[in-house]
Amino acid sequence: MSFEFLPDKPIYQQLIDRITGELIRGVIRPGEKLPSVREYAVEAGVNANTMQRVYKELEGMGITETKRGQGTFVTENPERLQTLREERKAQLIADFLRDIEALGFTREEITDYMTGRGRND
Amino acid sequence: MIEIAQVTKSYGRRRALDGAAATFAVGRIVGLVGENGSGKSTLLKMMAGLLRPDSGSVLLDGKPVTRALAGRRIAYMADADLFFPYFTIDQLFGFYDTQFDDFSMEKAYEAADFLRLDRTSKLKNLSKGNRGRAKIAATLARQADVYLLDEPFSGLDPMVREEIVKGLIRFTDPERQTVIMTTHELQDAAPLLDEIAVMKGGRIIAHERTEDIRDEHRGGPSAWMKSLYEKESEPIGAHSS
Repeated sequence: MSFEFLPDKPIYQQLIDRITGELIRGVIRPGEKLPSVREYAVEAGVNANTMQRVYKELEGMGITETKRGQGTFVTENPERLQTLREERKAQLIADFLRDIEALGFTREEITDYMTGRGRND
Repeated sequence: MIEIAQVTKSYGRRRALDGAAATFAVGRIVGLVGENGSGKSTLLKMMAGLLRPDSGSVLLDGKPVTRALAGRRIAYMADADLFFPYFTIDQLFGFYDTQFDDFSMEKAYEAADFLRLDRTSKLKNLSKGNRGRAKIAATLARQADVYLLDEPFSGLDPMVREEIVKGLIRFTDPERQTVIMTTHELQDAAPLLDEIAVMKGGRIIAHERTEDIRDEHRGGPSAWMKSLYEKESEPIGAHSS
């Protein structure tokens, strides 16, 4: 199956989120070899130029390393993987706070709910 | 690179192309979209050297596109169904091989395997989906510089569409080959497209990178196209440009 994409977010960003998400969840492991750009493009059902950009950005982010003649590998650097996890967490929370504030919920109300006091309402 | 400059074409009194202009760079996959009668297929046939412009020019790397040039460098896939009903897929490949110097039997076999085609089947006995697969396999087996595909997904079910998308990614080389396809299936085709050009009234009214459209337009490519059509609702030709 090809991947499903949201229509109004660049596909390269959605693919970066997907791959980093798999890394955080442990679906992809540190040091693991990624498929070639072409293979991955076929699997995802996206343009090879887009996939090329994804690989370039992941390398720029320090998430992957290209070994000459061998392909692209996920970094084994534990600190990078830890900061990736922190970055995604911060991003999720920022998005969440923006959404609740847009709807007029207060942080106290939400904090109460999440710590369990409002859970059985 | 394909350069289209101020091309016009009329069929009798009807203007199919009315000053169409665009440049398509090497290595891109481009979707040519627009309502029925907007000139997409006419423009594609012109790029394939099958039609001559009444005025204006269509150039491939600076040379006017003719049938002879197209025969060597441009692979065109028509919207119409396959031609030779009594041919097997193998015979279809054999025929293409005699017609086009850039045809690769090896690539044809690879594409047929990838699309899970039985090469001994007669075309007339194939399902519509398999005829669509056979057509794209024969087209992609040409080692052309440009592939022009007229509605490659039309009338095919989602599974076949997806396989054709994958076949296109697998068997074209973004370093040196350009793909231009007309399509009504923008939703399905969009992940494949580097660029989208919108036609209306015989002109190209917009031409953007797909990723930019996703970034800048709420609702993505389909909504973007719709909004362009609403904006451009006055009759074409009413304004001078």
